[in-house]
Amino acid sequence: MNSLQLFPLHVLAVWRRNFLVWKKLAGASMLGNFGDPFLYLLGLGYGLGLYIGDMNGIPYMAFLASGILCSSAMNTATFESLYSAFTRMNQQGTWESMLATPLRVQEIIAGEQMWAATKSLISGSAIFVVAGLLGGIQQWDTALLALPVIFLIGLAFAGPALAFCAISPSYDFFLYYFTLAVTPMFLFCGVFYPIDTLPAFAQMVAQVLPLTHAVALIRPLLTEMPLTLPWLHVGVLALYALAGFTLAAHLASRRLLR
Amino acid sequence: MSDAVVRATGVRKYFGDREVICGVDFDIRPGICFGILGPNGAGKTTLMRMLLGLSPVSEGQYSVFGQSVGDSAIHSRIGVVPQQDNLDPDFSVSLNLKVYAGYFGISYRAAETRIAELLEFAALARRSRDQVSSLSGGMRRRLMVARSLINNPDLIVLDEPSTGLDPQARHLIWQRLRSLKKQGKTLILTTHYMEEAAELCDELIILDRGSILTRGSPQDLIAEHVEAEVVAIRGLSNELDAIELCEGLDIRLDHVGDTWFCYGLDARPLVARCAERNDLTFIHRPASLEDVFLKLTGRDMREEA
Repeated sequence: MNSLQLFPLHVLAVWRRNFLVWKKLAGASMLGNFGDPFLYLLGLGYGLGLYIGDMNGIPYMAFLASGILCSSAMNTATFESLYSAFTRMNQQGTWESMLATPLRVQEIIAGEQMWAATKSLISGSAIFVVAGLLGGIQQWDTALLALPVIFLIGLAFAGPALAFCAISPSYDFFLYYFTLAVTPMFLFCGVFYPIDTLPAFAQMVAQVLPLTHAVALIRPLLTEMPLTLPWLHVGVLALYALAGFTLAAHLASRRLLR
Repeated sequence: MSDAVVRATGVRKYFGDREVICGVDFDIRPGICFGILGPNGAGKTTLMRMLLGLSPVSEGQYSVFGQSVGDSAIHSRIGVVPQQDNLDPDFSVSLNLKVYAGYFGISYRAAETRIAELLEFAALARRSRDQVSSLSGGMRRRLMVARSLINNPDLIVLDEPSTGLDPQARHLIWQRLRSLKKQGKTLILTTHYMEEAAELCDELIILDRGSILTRGSPQDLIAEHVEAEVVAIRGLSNELDAIELCEGLDIRLDHVGDTWFCYGLDARPLVARCAERNDLTFIHRPASLEDVFLKLTGRDMREEA
């Protein structure tokens, strides 16, 4: 389809613009990115971990660290694709200035999605280091494979968030997205406990949510838990990334090209 | 086939049921400054947005450089100065241009010489490393003009380039636009400042409610639509008073609020009569584009504007 055709150089130009803005404020931004997850790891991993001991046969710190890594990738990509992208789309007119050049809507969306995933990777790497220091990583030989997976997780969450951004009239609407999508996933997709403790119907719902598959990939890469059906999980995440992109590109062009 | 830079044939635009561009035809020769004039809400911006592919054309043919609008590849030959300031507030003056060059596939390194020239041209060379947020309104607009030239375009589209600027800043912008024309660029500008149109445009259309009312050079339009001289008078008590004052003279009367405009080929006899009455204040001047504009688009104040 013509309206989804992408020139890599155009996508890169959008990505690079965002990267240059980030570079200016990298310190403050990094601190924000991994401050929260760091507190979760310390507070819950040590505090709660003391009572829980092992979960699914591995120390709770290791169980939690892999979950937090996934949820922070989700949060970072979502936040970037809602608040920051909305600012560029609506307040600053950045997208409109891009559309006066050879860039097209779908290339802007793709660049934004790549950038949001890059931010997931940046904050994920920081948490990766902290988790390593706190004893949250058991398998160093497969652990590094988690990094490209984090990028994929970022893409999977950035796509749908960009689509929501493209139909939002104001910043206030993002609260719905967090309350209805992000927070439930944070709590019910296996970040804090295995999903097989959930009632059967809740497990079925969890199975179609992207964070479940993110956790199912990352946790076995960092810990001694066995990796099952990796390509299924990769496939689900890729599907969210692609469907999100397609929808976002469609909705954004409806909004911008009136 | 002719070598028109832009050609519109029967172009229409609907927003829902509302027709905002009602079938316009025009073409723009290369190397001229073409003005699109009209009151607020006339459809100027819509016509521009369609030209840039930012708004789909509902009906008709609209082409730039012989290609149908909407293909973003032709943007490599077009420079755009939008009405809204959309410079990147997070970047310095020069980085704004560099990043924008990147959108055209120009490498940051290759853009450097060009950026130095453009900042010189926009009288911003000394502000190159400053943050955009520290610039005045006039400087920001000049930076947007410089930015629109980064890809060395053949056609430059400007949407109300001097709105909100003080007279000094405005004259500086005008001077720069004239020098672009000298370089052989084609310029399209929308404005509702008649003075701006008269200063810059070789040819213009006056648009109202989505239709073209007239087209021509500023001089031709003045000659065609209004008499050579105008006396604008304030202090007349009513219409009868105005008619009595002009009695026996070949004068056409018109008014906006409490000001009466008296048009004629030779207004000197009327000026003499006005001078005898000390309850009147008046100005005698040659007719301008503003008189054409007001005559054609009506003198009524518009609530919907």
